[in-house]
Amino acid sequence: MRDLLSINDLTKDDALEILDTAVQLSALSDSSNRKFPTLRGRTVVNLFFEDSTRTRISFEAAAKRLSADVINFSAKGSSVSKGESLKDTALTLQAMGADAVIIRHGSSGAPAQLARKRWIDGAVINAGDGTHEHPTQALLDAFTIRRHLKKDQGDLAGLKIAVVGDVLHSRVARSNVLLLQKLGATVVLVAPPTLLPVGVEHWGAQVSFAIDDVIAECDAVMMLRVQKERMEDLFFPSEREYARNFGLNAARIAEMKESAIVMHPGPMNRGLEITAEGADSKRSVIVEQVANGVSVRMAVLYLLIGGATSRDLAAQIGDQS
Amino acid sequence: MNSWLIKNARDLQGKDVDLAVANGQIVHVKELHHQYSELDAKGLTLMPGLVDLHTHLREPGREDAETVFTASQAAVAGGYTAISAMPNTLPVADTAGVVEQVYRLGKSHGLCDVFPIGAVTVGQKGEQLAELVAMNQSEARVRIFSDDGYCVADPLVMRRALEYVKLFDGVVAQHAQDPRLTENAQMNEGEVSARLGLKGWPAVAEEAIIARDILLAEHVNSRLHICHLTTAGGVELVRQAKLRGVKVTAEVTPHHLLLTDEMAATYDATYKVNPPLRTESDVQALRRGLADGTIDIVATDHAPHPQEAKDCEWSAAAFGMLGLETAFSICYLAIVKSGLLSLADLWQRMSIAPAKLARYENHGELTVGRTANFVLVDLNKSWKVDAGALKSKSKNTPYDGMELPAVVEKTFHNGVLVYDRENQGREGA
Repeated sequence: MRDLLSINDLTKDDALEILDTAVQLSALSDSSNRKFPTLRGRTVVNLFFEDSTRTRISFEAAAKRLSADVINFSAKGSSVSKGESLKDTALTLQAMGADAVIIRHGSSGAPAQLARKRWIDGAVINAGDGTHEHPTQALLDAFTIRRHLKKDQGDLAGLKIAVVGDVLHSRVARSNVLLLQKLGATVVLVAPPTLLPVGVEHWGAQVSFAIDDVIAECDAVMMLRVQKERMEDLFFPSEREYARNFGLNAARIAEMKESAIVMHPGPMNRGLEITAEGADSKRSVIVEQVANGVSVRMAVLYLLIGGATSRDLAAQIGDQS
Repeated sequence: MNSWLIKNARDLQGKDVDLAVANGQIVHVKELHHQYSELDAKGLTLMPGLVDLHTHLREPGREDAETVFTASQAAVAGGYTAISAMPNTLPVADTAGVVEQVYRLGKSHGLCDVFPIGAVTVGQKGEQLAELVAMNQSEARVRIFSDDGYCVADPLVMRRALEYVKLFDGVVAQHAQDPRLTENAQMNEGEVSARLGLKGWPAVAEEAIIARDILLAEHVNSRLHICHLTTAGGVELVRQAKLRGVKVTAEVTPHHLLLTDEMAATYDATYKVNPPLRTESDVQALRRGLADGTIDIVATDHAPHPQEAKDCEWSAAAFGMLGLETAFSICYLAIVKSGLLSLADLWQRMSIAPAKLARYENHGELTVGRTANFVLVDLNKSWKVDAGALKSKSKNTPYDGMELPAVVEKTFHNGVLVYDRENQGREGA
């Protein structure tokens, strides 16, 4: 694997190796020695064409814990009409010698184009592109689910996971549908019909228009952010109606399985897709998702540009202890 | 030099044929006197020049992408002896002045006939009718009107345009795209767009306008032409309308006969085109529609763009792809090689039918007394597309590197050899 553009780039074994590596690295992060020399001398560029503080700092923390040098390049606006093109930006970074470029872009496929045209030699990691994919988010979600429901072991077979909300515009949903199913879980998409893409029937996931029909049987409920401007584009009539029908509230949480968890990729719209009771309930693993994000992104960087495998890591950890 | 004796060629039926040309006209062999060139066309097929009713020449305004001259060079290299300049230039071709300018440019270069298409509405804004009669009565004699690139979305404007062109036996060529259903749309809406996260362009956005315009044309008894049909549903609408006797014609592009929306999975913006590439079942329906006559003609929608307009993110890229130089080979591959139509039938849809539809009198036929617009094609050879070697000023072909059947060897316009593959370009004139 050279780049991480889509979950489709990963086999099930690849995905499990990332998760297993992340487990080891998270154990390491919890210990006193939080910094690891693997990527010393390597340069990792955070190329962010869209604002995303949490994803950027998560990648930054991950790279720094592996001792990489990190350059943050935030290029607001993009492409031909607005100044420097993606190509010229990439060629600039290439000239600076980036070993990995972590790209967030508002346009679906921008990371794929960067990688396919080989404007840069380094690894390209998709940190969210338009309404396409956000593979490291799906990996951290899978990691979180596995930690809570599978004790950090194996795949996600037997689990049922609901992804609720604006599936149409969600890169988080696309990557999660691909990854969770690859890992053996059953995915049920819950959304009003306006917020499901035409063609969703090919995704292999179940589809429901009623959260109350499915919530009791799910092991995890992943709430998606709903942007308020969607209302103006006629996707739903009002925030109240959306919250009533698709929001996660105390009553719905009470219907959930004993062991089931509540997830959200953030940032949340409290009161819209999730109430405060939902966000702060004891089932909520939302804050933990953030911490896991660092471990998973460390694992991705480690495996992609560290030139190593999870077995190497185990050996190295062994050497240190 | 425009007197020739072309010997040992084969006609569309495969029969041996000689063709005599004197002073740009086709004559009986016995009428040929001294001062003509003899050409041995053994192994080559002789056919009327191709006629394109949908070409973007970009001049005036975007000469960085294409000019009337480079488009003409591309046209004759592709076997076309007549092309039709779409009006979405800067300024828009919505006045007699602009259409005459384009017409004269074409004439002065003398490679092929360049017939301007006039805008239906002022500035292609879809609000007020342009001076259609003035364009028709100009030197350019505009017969087809289109706001191509934009749909004439307002039903009243479309109705008036259809009625008004009856004044001079004109035709309105509609770019069928409901604007509200395609806001910021990027590709065909379906399985692939859902997976790629690119905003979908539903088939219904095209079909709803086709259905409406067929009803309008039927109501006012006028001529409607549907540009670049792309969906199975659209083919069916036209088929039913023709059965009812509605004066509707339709075109399909070579790329919609071959490529599908799966190409977008590369995010290579070369495949970004308006209307978008559709599904395999649409491709099959379009091929059948062309075969059974529901779709009257092939039109290229040749749409040059400079490299920077394609070498960027998909959503920022321009819509369109080149077509002139590959059209015949692509159609030969998709339609003749697949056994759907004979060579003669394909040629009918790429030359005779478009010439008739547009009333281009000097094209589409090779009988004594007609203007000598014809090509010689080697059907037994193939060629490898090299984007860099195309005559077009732009390089945005989706076929770069592909090996295609059928090679255009020579193109004659008004009896002049305007393209000779052997000598890579113009000769005589």
